[in-house]
Amino acid sequence: MSTSEGTGDQYPLGKHDDGTIRTPTGRPLKDLDLDALCAGEMGTDDLGIHADTLNRQAEIAQEAGFPQLATNLRRAAELTRVPHETVLAVYEALRPYRVTHERLLALADELEETYGAAENAALIREAAQVYQEQGLL
Amino acid sequence: MRRSKRFAILDERPIHQDSFVHEWPEVGLIVSDGPSDPRPGLVLKEGRVVEMDGVPREQMDLLDKFIADHALDLAVAPLAMSTPSETIARMLVDVDAPRAEIVRLVAGCTAAKLVGIVGHLNVLEMMMALAKMRVRRTPANQAHVTNRKEHPALLAADAAEAALRGFAEVETTVGVARHAPLNALAILVGSQVGRPGVLTQCAVEEGVSLRLGIKGLTSYAETLSVYGTAGAFVDGDDTPWSKAFLASAYASRGIKTRFTSGTGSEALMGHSEGRSMLYLEARCLLVTRGAGSQGVQNGSISCVALPESLPGGVRVILAENLLAAMLNLEVAAGNDALASHSEMRKTAKLMCQFLPGADFVHSGFGAIPRYDNLFGGGCFDTTEYDDYYVVQRDMQVDAGIHPIREDEALAVREQGARILQDLYAQLGLPPITDDEVDASVTANDSRDMPDRDVAQDLAAADAFLRDDRTLLDVARALDAAGHAEVAGHLMELARQRALGDYLQPAAIFDEHWHVLSGINDPNDYQGPGTGYRLQGERWARVQDIPQATPPEAFLADQGEHPAQRLTELDTARRGTGSEVVIAVGPAFGQTLTATIGGLPHEAVLEALLSGIAEEGLAARIIKVHHTADCAFVGYAGAQLSGSEVAIGLQSRGTTVIHRADLAPLNNLELFPQSPNLSLASYRQIGRNAARYARGAKVQPVPVRIDNWVRLRLIVKTMLLHRRELEQVDPQRAPTELHFDWEPEA
Repeated sequence: MSTSEGTGDQYPLGKHDDGTIRTPTGRPLKDLDLDALCAGEMGTDDLGIHADTLNRQAEIAQEAGFPQLATNLRRAAELTRVPHETVLAVYEALRPYRVTHERLLALADELEETYGAAENAALIREAAQVYQEQGLL
Repeated sequence: MRRSKRFAILDERPIHQDSFVHEWPEVGLIVSDGPSDPRPGLVLKEGRVVEMDGVPREQMDLLDKFIADHALDLAVAPLAMSTPSETIARMLVDVDAPRAEIVRLVAGCTAAKLVGIVGHLNVLEMMMALAKMRVRRTPANQAHVTNRKEHPALLAADAAEAALRGFAEVETTVGVARHAPLNALAILVGSQVGRPGVLTQCAVEEGVSLRLGIKGLTSYAETLSVYGTAGAFVDGDDTPWSKAFLASAYASRGIKTRFTSGTGSEALMGHSEGRSMLYLEARCLLVTRGAGSQGVQNGSISCVALPESLPGGVRVILAENLLAAMLNLEVAAGNDALASHSEMRKTAKLMCQFLPGADFVHSGFGAIPRYDNLFGGGCFDTTEYDDYYVVQRDMQVDAGIHPIREDEALAVREQGARILQDLYAQLGLPPITDDEVDASVTANDSRDMPDRDVAQDLAAADAFLRDDRTLLDVARALDAAGHAEVAGHLMELARQRALGDYLQPAAIFDEHWHVLSGINDPNDYQGPGTGYRLQGERWARVQDIPQATPPEAFLADQGEHPAQRLTELDTARRGTGSEVVIAVGPAFGQTLTATIGGLPHEAVLEALLSGIAEEGLAARIIKVHHTADCAFVGYAGAQLSGSEVAIGLQSRGTTVIHRADLAPLNNLELFPQSPNLSLASYRQIGRNAARYARGAKVQPVPVRIDNWVRLRLIVKTMLLHRRELEQVDPQRAPTELHFDWEPEA
């Protein structure tokens, strides 16, 4: 095992779920079953992953020596709070020659202020600067 | 010029349909060591890269900037860059140099440095290094499942069979883009029927791909293409930042992602900037790492024929797999797109990944016939399964799949298609008929399937993509349709998505939903006896090809009914006059009763005796006990023959005509290919022996030559010989045999 004691104890979360893992809506994952679906206690919004879980996976990745993956998973944790359509719109805006410098900065602000997505905002601001230097706006 | 018949035949060989060109570095037609490739170098100032591979920060392009700011571990970079490339190369093949230490150093290497390291390695060393550096200990494999008709029942049946064969990931794609959601649904259901825990994806445009993932119809995405130059990247309509964001977007919905790159793409797009393919691939891999992707699909992929047209191309494709593994990325190692017309070349290339093992040996083995492969044909397909299984068995190598029985395949295909049929009915999708299910069970490709109302399917697919039904609704519908078990597998998939364990590097599931990744199944290869070893139950499964038989079966028709007309008498004496002795082996007519070609021993004796009688000579039969060797049996017979001529006959049918004055291993005529001998041959052997005895002129017996016979019958040969050896008694002198037979009138 190349991992430290700490992550070895945590991973896989599926084996060590002490009842703290939640669905995206915050319901306990252990309650996610067909009965709950049929009874309407769980629904479409319960498919996915909770920000806390992504942050725990980010910690595991960091400790096991995958720092860039950990960063990605932390950004992902932030994006769990962002609606699908907004996520798709931000991706589209980050593609070459799509939007202005100002529009990218505005999207960054929106992600940070509305959804607390600071790491994503930083990535977008960095992109805005590079795109400007490289003529991709 | 005159035409050599030999060269003309060579020209017709499939290898001559492949393209081969000389290098042209300026346009990127060079696989490595390009004259314009930069020299490694890294200058840091105040914890920031100010110059990388000779490019100062103010001149850096889109990729340089991203790599400099995201991909490199600047803490280790000074040490890594000052360690000679050759030293790191030697560590890669030194079993005593820990993987973790190499990973730590490589994290501080620039693209030029990375290329410099692998530049010291030959193919064999790269294979050693790949075995040591791949992320996951247990190798796995990935399948393509598509068909030209985009027929859902066939997709489900093929996915079920692929899963049963052991593929850990199954991917589909589309001919017509709008089919995507229903194609994804078909392989999702089919794969879970075949083997729970298989991950699936549908390769389509990013927006649709993400939407399919969000709906839970797919669990991973590997369409995130990256390129090694800014020009190619922008032509691909992305930037490193957009891809990094997209990777996070997928992860935020619990979807595994893997980037895609590969040598040749930049040159093909006209954006090589005069750099070698491997140097550009190293940049791709640094972008991949910098973006936080857990892994990559590389090994040239769809451009494979381009590096393979150049000298050293296959070596460099292995080098790119290795570079990814060194960067601690999961590698789905190519061997997917059509690469060569030559079977030998294709297989030789495959061995580069097959023997060391990879996280995925293929990033798409065609689990459908090449005709139906919508990923551009596919380098390997369903016709090659049995060859593949035999090579795994030959080499004791686990390339991630295992043999199955035909009845198992039929059963799982029917189940996959039937369950999808019921699901379609439950979800209100255009019906799948019983005839369609039935056709999918035995179908080879989509030409064996009835046509569907494509317009109706597409309209249903559009609606299914738009509405808010997800994996959870599919699970409910399956349960309502009476398929609780498969519904349970889909619920487990949803549960795993909430856990996110499979977002870690190189993650797959086994059939019990145990995750295996670089975290809990890290590659621990440290030389002989360590790392992944194919043994125990898995080895038993991999070696269990249906065509292998129990060796006893080869002896089933032997010795049950000893020759009734053959009686053993006293010790044989030396004969007189013009007789021919037939000397038989120690098991003859008793524990062995037929030749390897299935001729009963009594019939063979009749044929030999008839031949001798035709020449007007008498014959005597003796049994040799002290040896089972054909030459020595014949030699012993010759010593006892009045004419000094004898026929030596091993029980398996190998025959010699011997004479007493010859050395034991010399002979008058030898018939080593006993399976090719007929009763007519034996009769002619009898005649020739008699003619030698008479001192007449002899035309050697013509025999059929079929050198393949040795391959086909070598096991039986060995087993028959062993049984004859069991009867050898070194102390016992030859005995006289009486055979109850009269020559034809």
